[in-house]
Amino acid sequence: MQSAHARRPRPVIALDRIRKVYGQGEAEVRALDGVSLTIERGEFVAIVGASGSGKSTMMNIIGCLDAPTSGRYFMDGIETGELDEYQLAQIRNRKIGFVFQSFNLIPRTRAVDNVAMPLAYRKVHRRERHALALEALDAVGLSARAGHLPSQLSGGQQQRVAIARALVTEPVLLLADEPTGALDTHSSEEILDLFGMLHARGRTIVMITHEPDVAARAERVVRMQDGQVIADTGTATAQAAYHAAGGTR
Amino acid sequence: MIAEAIRFALSGISANKMRSVLTTLGIVIGISAVITLLAVGAGTSNMIKDQIGKLGTNVLTVNRAISTGGRTTGGSATGTRTRTTNLTLADQQALQDPVLAPDIATTAPVVQTQSVTAALGSSTHSIASTLGTSPSYFGITNFTIAAGRLIDDADAGQPVVVLGNSVAADLATNVSTLVGQTVSLNGQNFTVAGVLAAKGTSGLNDPDDVAMVPYATAQDKFSGYSPSLSSIQVQAKSADVMTEAQNEIQQILDARHQVTSTNRDYQVRNQAQVLSTATTTTQTLTILLSAVAGISLLVGGIGVMNIMLVTVTERTREIGIRKAIGATRGNIVMQFLVESLIISILGGIVGILIGFGASSFTIAGIRPEVQWWTVWLSVAVSAGIGLVFGIYPANKAAKLRPIDALRYE
Ligand SMILES: Nc1ncnc2c1ncn2[C@@H]1O[C@H](COP(=O)(O)OP(=O)(O)OP(=O)(O)O)[C@@H](O)[C@H]1O
Ligand SMILES: [Mg+2]
Repeated sequence: MQSAHARRPRPVIALDRIRKVYGQGEAEVRALDGVSLTIERGEFVAIVGASGSGKSTMMNIIGCLDAPTSGRYFMDGIETGELDEYQLAQIRNRKIGFVFQSFNLIPRTRAVDNVAMPLAYRKVHRRERHALALEALDAVGLSARAGHLPSQLSGGQQQRVAIARALVTEPVLLLADEPTGALDTHSSEEILDLFGMLHARGRTIVMITHEPDVAARAERVVRMQDGQVIADTGTATAQAAYHAAGGTR
Repeated sequence: MIAEAIRFALSGISANKMRSVLTTLGIVIGISAVITLLAVGAGTSNMIKDQIGKLGTNVLTVNRAISTGGRTTGGSATGTRTRTTNLTLADQQALQDPVLAPDIATTAPVVQTQSVTAALGSSTHSIASTLGTSPSYFGITNFTIAAGRLIDDADAGQPVVVLGNSVAADLATNVSTLVGQTVSLNGQNFTVAGVLAAKGTSGLNDPDDVAMVPYATAQDKFSGYSPSLSSIQVQAKSADVMTEAQNEIQQILDARHQVTSTNRDYQVRNQAQVLSTATTTTQTLTILLSAVAGISLLVGGIGVMNIMLVTVTERTREIGIRKAIGATRGNIVMQFLVESLIISILGGIVGILIGFGASSFTIAGIRPEVQWWTVWLSVAVSAGIGLVFGIYPANKAAKLRPIDALRYE
């Protein structure tokens, strides 16, 4: 793996035999049971699997919100296991943009201020922050709603604000846990179109989903079951190699 | 980042205006109580100092002892006489002895008569204190003349009176017109020699509600020829020799009355000292009351902490979101600490304003005076409360794991 690392551009995500165990003894739950996964820059990956298969657990580890029980995780080439809390906060701020199923905007705070918030934790000047936030809102087609509070926005609009917030820091990774889970078909389409467009511009996106037609929008699908990866359509390079070899592995 | 924390904290406070106001109230009440009580304390001690000044400086008062029952070991020759008349004019004159009493400057005999009513035409005034005394009394007690003249030695036995300013003001609108007029005191005619300058009211008793007549006149007209004095006023040569003067008085009077320190039939009091004792008592009381107010401040602080804990719990999810988008522990601590600081300092400022308002009223003759140091102290204390009682909730918020905070419903 180290040699592969040297030849190719470093992967955005490299999970190496990640295990996450909740509880002890009788109550022990192996939410992740030895997951190794590499995601390259520019990929659009959907993670699918039954409920309880460990998708969200993996998401939290990838997003540096939780630490694995064992195994190593390289985020953009940095081994996260060696980082302290402050450095992890910096990683979340600079390298990752989160989109949650329940939007998770900060209540009573205007859309533009919500979008600007990650920049505030990055000591960007207030005026510049505002300009960048407006730009990001413009990119998701919501510049007209900049001054609105989350409670004044529809679900689809809130999720687009959340995406703008995730993108405003220009992260290397956009991490979305069921981003369309709380939305109707029309709003889901809008969000997925947005993801497609971002992918086309070279953004790395990892998205968890239940729905097959949502997963179909991704270029790579990773299927999970009982804490393990049971199927992976592979990286773009792997897929190309697969097709070149005539469809046999 | 501080500016950011302030902005976040303000939005947090305004999200729950009523609750923030109620939380602030605890601090407001505590701070305003402390400021007002200390102001009243300062006002009281000012008033007492004022009274000390008005009493006259370096003054010792010799009074008859409350109890004379213990005089059995004294000489039997003079015992009978002195038992009934403890202080006499002879005693007063004995104190004016440059050899035996080198530290005594001057003395004055005082015969006091209560409930004398002054009348002029249809105006009457019930005088609080009518004194028969000698001309030296005015100098000892810092009384000066406003109109007319003071009593002099030539007035001895004559029906002349010097009226205190309050008495005069009650008898005539223009006090100077009283000079030379005849007023009646308990039905006996007196000529007004002069009217005293006002000392000004301080506290409950009015030092200007007095009238002075010559000593001999008082004995003649009011006290039924009793040779006994109410007191002797003694002025020491300076404030530094008060103790020496007191010792000299005791030596002279002990010898004259044939008593010792165990069975004295008189007592020497240093009025200024009595008042200083009063000042100390006042200060003790002030500190005690302020301590009670301080406890209410503590309760206010606990209120702040309580509300901050509620706020942190309520906003657990928000904390999770903030951590997910990159807030560090320090950022979160700062946000909540600033919030509790703003609540407490705001409470402190409002408390100071209310304290000033409450202190502008005169209560029972006491004019409270806000001490500037209490203002600065209040600001510091309220900020301290914000810090001390905010740090635990803020830390609790910052310690939340982002994953747990995000899951919180
Ligand atoms: N904090 C926790 N404590 C104990 N067990 C947990 C905890 N979080 C998750 N688990 C368990 O880990 C397993 C994986 O959970 P996870 O949330 O990753 O599933 P998921 O694939 O995201 O499911 P869903 O599609 O329903 O969201 C489950 O069996 C779950 O019960
Ligand atoms: Mg899940």
